[in-house]
Order: sequence, then structure tokens, then C-alpha cells
Amino acid sequence: MILTQEQEMIRDSMRAFAQERLAPFAAEWDRDHTFPAQALKELGELGALGMCVPEEWGGAGMDYMSLVLTLEEIAAGDGATSTIVSVQNSLPCGIINKYGTDAQKEEWLKPLARGEKLGCFCLTEPHTGSDASAITTRADRDGDSFVLNGVKHYITTGKYAQMAIVFAVTDKAAGKKGISCFLVPTATPGYSVARVERKMGQHASDTCQIVFDNCRVPATALLGKEGEGYKIALSNLEAGRIGIASQAVGMARSAFEAAVRYAKDRQTFGVPIIEHQAVNFRLADMATQLDAARLMVWRAAQLKDAGKPCLKEASMAKMFASEVAEKVCSDAIQIHGGCGYTDESPVERIARDVRVCQIYEGANDIQRLVIGRAIAAE
Amino acid sequence: MKILVPVKRVVDYNVKVRVKSDGSGVDTANVKMSMNPFDEIAVEEAVRLKEAGVATEVVAVSCGVGACQETLRTAMAIGADRGILVETDVDLQPLAVAKLLKALCDKEQPQVVICGKQAIDDDANQTGQMLSALMGWPQATFASKVAVSAGKATVTREIDGGLETLEISLPAVVSTDLRLNEPRYATLPNIMKAKKKPLETVKPADLGVDVTPRLTTIKVAEPAKRSAGVMVADVAQLVEKLKNEAKVL
Repeated sequence: MILTQEQEMIRDSMRAFAQERLAPFAAEWDRDHTFPAQALKELGELGALGMCVPEEWGGAGMDYMSLVLTLEEIAAGDGATSTIVSVQNSLPCGIINKYGTDAQKEEWLKPLARGEKLGCFCLTEPHTGSDASAITTRADRDGDSFVLNGVKHYITTGKYAQMAIVFAVTDKAAGKKGISCFLVPTATPGYSVARVERKMGQHASDTCQIVFDNCRVPATALLGKEGEGYKIALSNLEAGRIGIASQAVGMARSAFEAAVRYAKDRQTFGVPIIEHQAVNFRLADMATQLDAARLMVWRAAQLKDAGKPCLKEASMAKMFASEVAEKVCSDAIQIHGGCGYTDESPVERIARDVRVCQIYEGANDIQRLVIGRAIAAE
Repeated sequence: MKILVPVKRVVDYNVKVRVKSDGSGVDTANVKMSMNPFDEIAVEEAVRLKEAGVATEVVAVSCGVGACQETLRTAMAIGADRGILVETDVDLQPLAVAKLLKALCDKEQPQVVICGKQAIDDDANQTGQMLSALMGWPQATFASKVAVSAGKATVTREIDGGLETLEISLPAVVSTDLRLNEPRYATLPNIMKAKKKPLETVKPADLGVDVTPRLTTIKVAEPAKRSAGVMVADVAQLVEKLKNEAKVL
């Protein structure tokens, strides 16, 4: 696969930004749990927060191939920032663009796509993740409004977002078809951040438990029709998975590049360690795995851009990329030796950051289920 | 007011350059090429003058092989309005480029030419000065601050020992130093818009310019490798070595 001139320019521009504005600060943000607000503002101005939203709604009007190139570069700069960017693009922007009315797009999509506001996606609950139909948060109609009650879990950007896309049960008897979707300003009374998780990695991105306690929103906050929530929740899956896959490639690439730099610099037995075959072959394997993962991501994105089905290909890319990324990061630590286990090198942080790519946006076990079912149905 | 900005395609500043084994030049096969960083500053300055309402049009020009159109697209993604490619496979030397730019200045009639003070490949630092001489226009080189108003430009220059401020009448040539500005990152929508901006291709012959090289490169060699250092035991030994071995004291 060969990139077009525009795609190369997108990659180069985002690479320059990520290497100058994200990478030098990533370690500090991780250590201090700093939310990268300024960097996100700048990314919004570059058009990276609403990439696939049409220009008339404040977005960059670009395709998924451009999105994956951008996400890889951002992730190579800082994994946590790439998660915030990935969520903003695929979930709030992607979903409102697809299901929002013009009024909802005016109110929310424009500021989200421009990066003036951030959104979060409240689906998962303490007792249910992959089985989204089992949610219990309720939205009870009361005249011209809905009243939300329940608890949402592991919500990316839950603390810093200005708006939340919330899934809640409006008709318990209807099962999956009784779930609806709401656009909720996080300043609404009754929306509260109950806690911020202490995670293994990605410390610059907040992951929150959100409590809805008699959180009242007008009926106009309903996204799509009543009962369409489950469909909406599952509607942009491929895009989200392709995004996570490119993040995994980006993070692993930066660990790989750190390993190459170290191997050329570090000397043992009188030569740079890259000249030892054990190190050299390890780097060869890392580079090959990374390349294979990237090609799978690009193929899935190209299928999506061509309007072709890509559920299986997106799942394969997400699963493969996130698993080889863990391996590549682990190998990068090995090449660094003791230094790789300390915060002297960036690879211990990247290895922590990349691990969650196997879990969020559909755990890899779910990806295997999707791929396996597709094979059985072929 | 129109501003003309020449941009050069050079080996990317991050690339570790290698000399060709036959010593004829630097290897550029499979090497990442980018816009000369000083020229990027020139484009940024021109675009800022347009955004400030001082300039009405920014025209980027690149002289060289067909792939220079990529450099022009980058200039247009930053904000140049259109591009002109003077296409030739001949290895262009500063005088040839200055003559090509003179021909374009005669045609386009810009009020200001903003160029990088030098290109990071050959570091010649000649083209802007030669263009100024050929046009008979004033020049202000190594600019760290530029203010343009009716018929004149005030340019602060970085010189040995401090800053010098010149006032020059327009039309004029200004060359940029590193501290003039910090070029923006091209936004994603502007990268897409750059594709639709006009890009005209001309040949040196169309401009009536003979670009035949006047200089011959005899040999290109890598700088000598730094030899290993020695640890000195104390200050006395250091002074002794500086005096008798390095002969710098």
C-alpha cells in the first residue's frame, strides 16, 4: 500500500506536531496525571478532533485512512492523548454526525468537531461491559423531560468532558429495544464524577465512574428515536476498532524507535548492541510485526472508506495490532535491559499505556468471537 | 500587494546524510525530502502578512525536479495561494535560480520576495542576494523581524554583536533567519485545500534562462571522523596538553 501525496502530508504534519508538542511532555503527564488540555486545544485547531465530520459541521471532512494515519502519529507522541482523540472522533463526533438532528449537530457536533468541547461515551456499567444490553441505568420520562439514574464505569474523559452520550433503559420490558441514547451536558445537576480510576497506564487520560442521580434532561436530548440506543451504541464499532488498532501501532512504533536508538548508542563488548545478532534479530522481528499490523489497519480503513463491509477486518486489525504491540513493547524493554524497566527510558511507560488496547473498544476475546462467527458464516 | 516566496526541496533535516561512494555528491535515493526550514519560515511570514491584510496574494515558487511540486503543496497547505514550478532535471546553482526568479519577478511583479537565507543542503546563502542584484532591488538579509507598510519595509537583522534595523523601499528582497517566526503546523482541512490550489509548471527555456551549471563539483567527502578523546588526570596536565599538544594556549 502506497500513500497518496495528501496522506503523506497529513502524516508528516501530524508527526511534526506529535513529536514536538506531545512526545517531550508524555513522561511528565504520565507521572503527574496531567490532562493534556492545551495539546487537545491545539489538536482541535488542526482539525484532528472531528476528522471525519463534514466541514459544514465544523469537522475536517476527511476519510478513515487519514484518521488512522493521524492516530498513529498522535499515539507515537503520547498514548493517553491518542485515547482521548480516538474517543472524541469515533464516539461523540461519529455518533452525533450519524444520528443527530440539525439542532443537535449545531449545539454539540460543531464545538466537538472543532475541539472547543470534549465528549465522553457512557455505556459501560460496573456489572457489564461487553454485554451492553445488560445495562441498568434508567431514564424515566417525566412530562417533557427524562430523569436519569444509574452508574457508569470506566468512562474516558468523564471528568473533563463538557457533554456525555449516555445510554439508559427507557423500557425495561423491551430488552435491547428498550435502550435509548441521550446527549447530556456534564454540567447538568445530577451528573457527578464519583471517582477517577488509578490505572496501570495512560495516566494523562482520566477514566471515571459517573453517577447519575436524578439527572434531568429535556426530551430534545434524546439522540435518535426512543429504543434506538442499542443500535446506536453498536453502530460505529468498526471505526472505533480501527482507531484503537492504529493507536496500538503508534505506541509500539515509538517503543521500537526508542529501542533502535538505544541499540545504536549502547555499547557492550566494544560494539553497539545493535551489532549483536540477538538484539538485531529481535529488532527485525519487531519491525516485521509492526509493519504487518499497520498493513492490516490500513486495509480495514480502506475498506471502510470504500463503503465495504469490514467488521471482520477491523476486528482482526484491532486484535492483532494490540497483541503484537504488547510484544513489541516488551521486546523494547528487553533491548534496554535494566534501563527499560525504569523511567529513564520511555518504554516502560509505553508498555503500560499500550496494554489496554487489548481491552477497550471490545476486549480481544470479543474480537475473536466476531472473527470466528464471520468465518463460520462464510 | 503580492509576495513571492521561493521554496527549495532539500533532504529532510532529520535525515543523516550519506556521501555517495563515488564522491560525486550526497545520496538522495530513498531519502525523505522536505521543504528547506528557512523557506518554511519565509512562507509563514508571507502568510502572516496576508492574514494581517498587508499582502493580497502569496505565490510560492520552486525550481527543480518534478517532485518539487510536493514542496509547493506544502507551501500551499501553510497558506500560499498558488504555486509555480520551474521544472528541470539540471542541477541548479544559486545564480541559475536567481535568474529564474528574476524572470518570474518580471512576470509576476511582486512587491516583496521573501526567501530563506540559505538552504540546509549546500548552505550557499547566495540566491536572495543575487536576485536583489539582478533586479536592482534593495535587500535585507537575515531578518528576525519584518514590518511592511506603504512602499517600504522595516527589517530587523541579526548581525554579529546585535541587531540592525533597516528601512528599505519596495519592491525588495528579504531573507529569513531562524528566529523570524515559528512556522505553523498545516491544519488537516488546509492540506486537503492545497490539492485544489492552482499549480503552474514552466520550463527554464519558457523563461529564457540558461541554467547550465557554471561551477563543477570536483569531490564531496564526509567530514573527518572525530578521534577518541583522552582523560586527563588533573588541571595541570590539561593545561600542559593545551599548550604543547593542541597548541591553543
